Amino acid sequence: MTKKTKTLKLNFGPQHPAAHGVLRLILELDGEVVEKADPHIGLLHRGTEKLIENKTYMQAVPYFDRLDYVAPMNQEHAFALAIEKILKINVPIRAQFIRVMFCEIGRILSHILNVTTQALDVGALTPSLWGFEERETLMTFYERVSGSRLHANYFRAGGVHQDLPKGLEEDIEKFCISFPKVIDDLETLLTDNRIFKQRNVDIGIVTKEDALDYSFSGVMIRGSGVPWDLRKSQPYDCYDKVDFKIPVGKNGDCYDRYLCRIEEMRESVFIIKQCLSKIEKGPIKSLDWKITPPPKNDIKQSMEALIHHFKLFTEGYRVDKDEIYTCVEAPKGEFGVYLISDGSSKPYKCKIRAPGFSHLQALDYLIKGHMLADVPAVLGSLDIVFGEVDR
Amino acid sequence: MITLIDLEKKINSELTTKIKKSEIKHNQLYLNTDSEDIIDICLFIKSNKDTKFRQLIDITVVDYPENVQRFKVVYLFLSHEFNQRIILSYLINENEVVPSLTSIFPAANWMEREVFDMYGVKFKDHPDLRRILTDYEFEGHPLRKDFPLTGHTEVRYSEEQKKVIKEKVKLEQNYRNFDYESPWEGTKYIKEQTEKNNDKKN
Repeated sequence: MTKKTKTLKLNFGPQHPAAHGVLRLILELDGEVVEKADPHIGLLHRGTEKLIENKTYMQAVPYFDRLDYVAPMNQEHAFALAIEKILKINVPIRAQFIRVMFCEIGRILSHILNVTTQALDVGALTPSLWGFEERETLMTFYERVSGSRLHANYFRAGGVHQDLPKGLEEDIEKFCISFPKVIDDLETLLTDNRIFKQRNVDIGIVTKEDALDYSFSGVMIRGSGVPWDLRKSQPYDCYDKVDFKIPVGKNGDCYDRYLCRIEEMRESVFIIKQCLSKIEKGPIKSLDWKITPPPKNDIKQSMEALIHHFKLFTEGYRVDKDEIYTCVEAPKGEFGVYLISDGSSKPYKCKIRAPGFSHLQALDYLIKGHMLADVPAVLGSLDIVFGEVDR
Repeated sequence: MITLIDLEKKINSELTTKIKKSEIKHNQLYLNTDSEDIIDICLFIKSNKDTKFRQLIDITVVDYPENVQRFKVVYLFLSHEFNQRIILSYLINENEVVPSLTSIFPAANWMEREVFDMYGVKFKDHPDLRRILTDYEFEGHPLRKDFPLTGHTEVRYSEEQKKVIKEKVKLEQNYRNFDYESPWEGTKYIKEQTEKNNDKKN
């Protein structure tokens, strides 16, 4: 006798703690096995690209903070690099080191959040409590340098907004010494933990081929054994002046991706240390006052500086007609900006390539045949932040 | 390791008439083509052993409402093996239907859905061409240049009807687009440009 089975449709989200934001998943279940997953995204769509088309280049920077809001500066970096390449301006070496240092801080911020919340999704509470304390420290660095903990608005075309305040370098150095100990502690909780391994090993396996086909990048492709990191292969700013290794996974499962992230945090600390030792005194933004605002003191003394300041903050600088795609290795993968300028002071078009978009697209492929309880584990290891997926 | 110049030569010699224009700029290869040749080109650059553009990074459209061929469809490719990037584009009319790349690159699925959502460009043979980023029952294509920045409708919870309702956008003050563009000397290249224009006039 054969029994007819009916699949059950389950609506997961949009408000669900394990969905990491506003994700609505329509799951088709056969018992507890997922047969199909249809993610409905766009619940956090704010029309970033449309807004950027209506703002000057400098006004557009804060929108990049609001994409992947756990690592804001990494995204500003891609936009700043795009403009710099079109304008062909040089960034002073001090600014390059500051930017690389804060990008790595952003990477640690993002990886702590991801690793600990992934642990939370599979039932471990403590890592997030320990990890968030460190995030708090990092966010104070953000605050001290830019004035805000999250939405930094710090990188500019041609450099950064302002110099590091007094004492910040020493404090970051102290953090670099204390933080590896915290990573070790996190690892004692998770890496060999029986439950954590049961929930993550051999779950959500991505083969090399599929990682390429689905346009994966970042940890998602490195976890599957492809040693691809834009910081190494297409170095930008001063990444070619610092030394670091690229951790690569073997099996391409959730556990390997977790290990990659842990190792990447250690490498980031290593990069920050090098930046701190190599950083020299000097200008922190391009000295072309047609692009970056002149120093405040000059504005009070020189008529020309005053005019530059006024024009920069009303009209903004104009960017020559061009078309460019630049990308950076954001914590989540390849974050790219496809920019078309038309010679005016506003971008004609600015397409944002978010890594999470491609990753989430493959959810159906990743989750097919897994249990319902594996959905949060896989989602967690994809490292989804809806700010960037929905834009 | 082949250079971009080699790559350009290789693509031009293999695909001859299919490539209308090629250019190397910003360390990337820019190609122009026609919408009907896109499938052939993609199959070639994906599978050829000297190119191996295995990854489709993104698909997007640029809107030029004043042109007859209004939309420029842009594809970004990446070759991990040779560490190279291609930007491939072609022009289409407003109502033209373009071929879908989903059979070659599975990642094209959502990217094409996004393009359809944002610009209204339709893809032939796409398995599931639904809106993706905008709201359910949304009307219009927001990234077209003729779509207003403030949108057409806004939603709110109606206390009388006890449900979320859609209304026409009402603003206390309309969005104002100030024209700050001035004859300010600006950067050096702008200066050169205006000088050039002045020379032409004289």
